[in-house]
Order: sequence, then structure tokens, then C-alpha cells
Amino acid sequence: MVEPLRWQIGTVIAIRRQTDRVSSFVITLPDWRPHRPGQHYDVRLTAQDGYQAQRSYSIASATDRAGEVELGIERIPDGEVSPYFHDVLVEGDQVEVRGPIGGYFVWEPGMGGPLLLVGGGSGVVPLMSMLRARHAAGDGTPAVLLYSSRTIGDVIYREELERLAATPAGPSVLHTLTREQPPGWDGYARRVDADMLREAAARIGGLDAGPLAYLCGPTLLVESAAAALTDLGMLPARLRTERFGPSS
Amino acid sequence: MQEPLVLDANAVAGELAEMMGVDITAYLARCAHCGNRDAIGSLRAWIHGPGVVLRCVICSEIVIRWVQTPNGPRVDLRGAAFLQPR
Repeated sequence: MVEPLRWQIGTVIAIRRQTDRVSSFVITLPDWRPHRPGQHYDVRLTAQDGYQAQRSYSIASATDRAGEVELGIERIPDGEVSPYFHDVLVEGDQVEVRGPIGGYFVWEPGMGGPLLLVGGGSGVVPLMSMLRARHAAGDGTPAVLLYSSRTIGDVIYREELERLAATPAGPSVLHTLTREQPPGWDGYARRVDADMLREAAARIGGLDAGPLAYLCGPTLLVESAAAALTDLGMLPARLRTERFGPSS
Repeated sequence: MQEPLVLDANAVAGELAEMMGVDITAYLARCAHCGNRDAIGSLRAWIHGPGVVLRCVICSEIVIRWVQTPNGPRVDLRGAAFLQPR
């Protein structure tokens, strides 16, 4: 019998700025458990008067770093939890966490594919964990990441994605920048739509190859992409979603 | 900013796991109202009420809901015809 999940106190050992609004927080845990790519941790803050605020943050790390976990956290200006992480927390501080959690939005080597990953903003974090795990395992499942950001400066893991894409059997990585594009930009420059999804799927054998799709990001992006994919004939059972709602 | 109130049930997996002793978001649930069968993690979660309500993605009826009371949680599963562990 596996011990039930409990809240525990972790220690932040590294904070890595990824973009203006997103940082990675590496946390060591006394009761660490291996996670599956796509899972998340709950984080809980308690004020002196006992008031508690809790949020879920996706795991960015692959599964090979025993004892520690890397969470990708976007700073939401009027949020209750994320500004504390970005503005107050320093390396060496302690935080209360519970995880890893979630057996549904999970992909790991051996689960098959082809893999159609669609991420918006910090919704790329759990998809990054999947791509890192795929790479670490030498898994050759065809994979494509369609990644929507506002501007080039908002692209998280940009260099690592380029490196992954350049490896043999690396994933295809397609970017779209919805708000502003740098000079000479040759990627997409609009919101994710049916044409874009069809072109992304073409990199992994097309929708006829029966891909497994994982969609993560703001609710609007996830819902429009899910609707477009089912309109294009994808079976709902092959499609998993993770909406970011009021993720403050 | 207008914030959507609905999430995927995967977002409340931690609270569910704490109540049930095991993560059930990968279990299948059959909606007692329309018969759709899908993973619990795919249900739509309304989390801003006094309790949590998980609704069917097809017919929007309530499949699972719970509330935390001073005497512990109360989980209402009437909207699920069955759960299928996997």
C-alpha cells in the first residue's frame, strides 16, 4: 500500500528566471516521490492569521532527478501565491507542498503516440516535462510541440527547445507569436487555429495516424484547440486537456 | 480581468487524493445522466463554490461533488453510474 499524499515542507534550492514573468523553482523534498511527466504539485501558503491560499503548479523536470522537483511558475500580478514566489522567496526558503499529483494529464515513454503537444504561455511547462522525459529515455515516439506565446521574450525554454529539436529523433517545435513578432520572424503570427493544428499534426504523420494530444494553457486556447481537433476528426478519448483557470 | 471559473478535474486531484487515499483522476467514471464514460480527470471542475462540483463534459450534469465540513469531507457520487479503477 502506497502511503497517502501528505503536505510536506520543501526547501527552495534554486530559482531560475526563464522569462520576465516565468521562473523555475527547484525544491528539495524530504519525502520525494518519482513523478510522471505532466503531473503537478499543490503549493500552500499560510498567513500568520491562519488564512491559507493554495495553487497547483506543473512539474517541468524530467523524472530522473531524485530528491528534487522543478516547478514552473508564472507571476500573475494580482495573484495570491505566485507573486510571493517571484517577489519574496529566495533560495534556502521553505515552502509547503503536496505531490506529485494527477494521473490523467500524463504522458511517459511507452505510452505511445504520435504525440501532438499544444501549449499556450506557461502551459508549456508540463509538456516540457514530457519532452525532457522522452529525450532522457531515448524514446523515438514522433512528437510535435505547437507553442503559442505573446512575444518572443515570453517563450519559455526557448534555447532548450531548439537543442531538443536539433537532436536525432528530436521533436518538431512550431512557435506562434500572437501579439508581436521580431523582424524576420518565420513562425506563425496568429492564435492557434485548425490550419495550424493540421500542419503541426502533419509533422508526425497527420491526424490519420491517430495521435495522442495534450493541450495545456489558458482556457480559451485549450477549448478552441480541442474543438478544432475534434472537428478535424480526432477522437475525444485521444485528447487530454489541462486548462489554466483563475491561476493566481 | 474576466476569469473563467471552470477547470479540468485534474486540478483538484490533490484534494481528491487526500480524501480518497488514492489518486482517482485516471479512473473512468460513467455519467449516470447521459452514459458518457471518461477519465475523472477530464470532468469539468467548478471550484469556487462552497464545495467542489465535477460535471460531465458531454451533458454538463453533476457526476461527483464534495464539501469539506468540520467533521471531514462528504463526497456525493450519485451522478456516477460506476467508477472503473485502472
